[in-house]
Amino acid sequence: MKTIGYIIQKEFKQIFRNKGMLPIIFVLPLLQLIILSNAATFEVKNIKFGYIDNDHSVSSRVLIEKFNASAYFNVLTDFPSEAAGSSAMLQGDVDVLLEIPNYFERDLQKEKYTNLGVTINAIDGAAAGVENVYVTQIVQQFNKQILVNLLQHSDQQIFTSSINTIPLFWYNETLNYKTFMVPGILVLLVTMITLFLSGMNIVREKEIGTLEQINVTPIKKSQFIIGKLFPFWIVGLGLLTIGLIIAKLIFNVPILGSLGLMYFYTSIYILVVLGIGLFISNFTDTQQQAMFIAWFFTVIFILMSGLFTPIESMPKWAQVLTEFNPIKYFVEVMRMVMLKGSGLIDILPQILKTILYAFIMNGLAVWSYKKTN
Amino acid sequence: MKRFVGFIRKEFYHIFRDKRSLFILFGMPIAQILLFGFAITNEINNVDIAILDHSKDATTKEIINKISASKYFSIKQMITREAEIAKAFEKGHVKAVLNFEKDFSQKLIKDRIANVQIITDATDPNTANTISNFVSAILQQYQKELNKEVTIAYQIVPQTRMVYNPELKSVYMFVPGVMTIILMLVSAMMTSISITREKELGTMEILLVSPLKPIQVIVGKVFPYIFLSIINATVIVVLSIFVFQMPVQGSLFLLALESILFIISALALGILISTISATQQTAMMISLMGLMLPVILLSGFIFPISSMPLPLQIISNIIPAKWFIIIIKGIMLKGVGLQYIWKETLILMGMTVFFIGLSVKKYKTRLE
Repeated sequence: MKTIGYIIQKEFKQIFRNKGMLPIIFVLPLLQLIILSNAATFEVKNIKFGYIDNDHSVSSRVLIEKFNASAYFNVLTDFPSEAAGSSAMLQGDVDVLLEIPNYFERDLQKEKYTNLGVTINAIDGAAAGVENVYVTQIVQQFNKQILVNLLQHSDQQIFTSSINTIPLFWYNETLNYKTFMVPGILVLLVTMITLFLSGMNIVREKEIGTLEQINVTPIKKSQFIIGKLFPFWIVGLGLLTIGLIIAKLIFNVPILGSLGLMYFYTSIYILVVLGIGLFISNFTDTQQQAMFIAWFFTVIFILMSGLFTPIESMPKWAQVLTEFNPIKYFVEVMRMVMLKGSGLIDILPQILKTILYAFIMNGLAVWSYKKTN
Repeated sequence: MKRFVGFIRKEFYHIFRDKRSLFILFGMPIAQILLFGFAITNEINNVDIAILDHSKDATTKEIINKISASKYFSIKQMITREAEIAKAFEKGHVKAVLNFEKDFSQKLIKDRIANVQIITDATDPNTANTISNFVSAILQQYQKELNKEVTIAYQIVPQTRMVYNPELKSVYMFVPGVMTIILMLVSAMMTSISITREKELGTMEILLVSPLKPIQVIVGKVFPYIFLSIINATVIVVLSIFVFQMPVQGSLFLLALESILFIISALALGILISTISATQQTAMMISLMGLMLPVILLSGFIFPISSMPLPLQIISNIIPAKWFIIIIKGIMLKGVGLQYIWKETLILMGMTVFFIGLSVKKYKTRLE
């Protein structure tokens, strides 16, 4: 026990002595949490909108005015010709282009039917879909308005039956993105810091040659590993604490569930990450290799965690792969407990899987760690 | 010159001798682009939903059939009481619940209006909103069928054209992003480590007392990585064309030149990181922690920049990846030539010159 105490003391001293690393461990992640949580939004607004009005009539102006009034389309540009419009789209100055045909008003009054050209930059397919919905909504409103004007002139009545849909958004009525992203990004930062630090720690001693010195001491394998990993476990929990305070104070993210449950889960989760880090450390000779591998897995874990893009949208084989992704479980648990107030029973499957994962990873790590070369 | 060539040869030896790093260097980008090209998508399909049907009549049955027939939804469970909604959400089994009011059919016939609630789990606001819109669209369609006999006077029909990506594939959006992130991180990381490694192992001292000029040392260090990154970039472009059927509308030659420019700017950033960090650990943490999330989030890779708050839109301008993504999308998908992307190209060049200038200035020929 005393031996472990000394190793832990040594590790802490090394962490706090390295003045270059301290801001990277403690300030950079929290700064990123504060800044980047604002960036992660799929909302489509400030759409770059332009129009070509070939008709120059009252109706066409009324229609354009409707777009002008909408909160989604606020940058309005008038293009004299189709060529100017498509050139602007190539340049990236405009994403939605409305083309009002010749005789728009005349056709509308005489034929009761007219077309309207809409061109949407669809490279971002999801955004293009939403933009199309917005355009259609505005045009439909316009249609309805003409109809109402008409009905006032004649006394004709139209009987239609309608289904009234009432959308209710539970747990996040205002569809605020930050409450969704802050817990997720916090998870990432805790994971990255603990994984990178633990992954590089032992291999660093190997590379510099100090590991050999430790190997010839009577320190036991388990003592050494526990002593090495404990400080990072504390650092991870410390980051979580500061992150939660930021989430509450700056972003006002609701914390509905129990704090104790969150800490309980996180403390198991960090063990998984540390196990992975140690395992990587054992299988590499240089810090460069260790970091490449850590980087490879982190990018995969991040992008397949359901943090930014939903897991349900992935193909089946990819969904199966995500079962091996620890970040996925952490993101799920944090969101469930913080935002929905889920209890121990609700997150039991995640807890059990994480415990199993922790056992496997740490088992492998201890097994593969050798005191001799 | 001969000395310089010798130095470059030494660097190549270092890289090729380390088989494990080499394997990772080439294997990783391939694995990642394949994995992400297929798996990352924000399209909605097969979302699990639950139904709470208080009336259980012909109309609601018909609507439920329509919903389960759509490829967007699959009905996971039927619930009977309001109280069960919260439970279903807390367990995380379903994303939305449709709640039909009592006597739905009768109300629709008598009062000509009937209510249905679309309750969504909005912890994920984007998915919730999309689900809500899709369900409404299905209901609207149904309603139109009901009102077939009433002709709607006066209508403008928008003819929508989705340009550059008519099938709205999310691969078109994500492949350029993945390519950028891989090139950026691999190039910046590799250089930043290789220089600090010499410092940490003490071999830097030997280089410094050699007759090589500092600029030669730096160029010699970077040169092999330019070579490796170009191979990586080629592999990624080939994969995106043949595996993901990404078109290259514009000139391949221009794409190659722009990629080289971007690789050089990422390498220059790596050198800059290495000059300001003393140990490999610091260099790695800066290039990993400092670059990974900002590059993923602020480059327009996943999230549209125009929707971000203004200060972040301004900050995003200093991310080289943002400009490169605009360039690749322009060349590959829109088919533009240099006249449309010269601004972005100039910005990248300016950044590269800035990084190199700053690191030459910071480069110390003395060790403490």
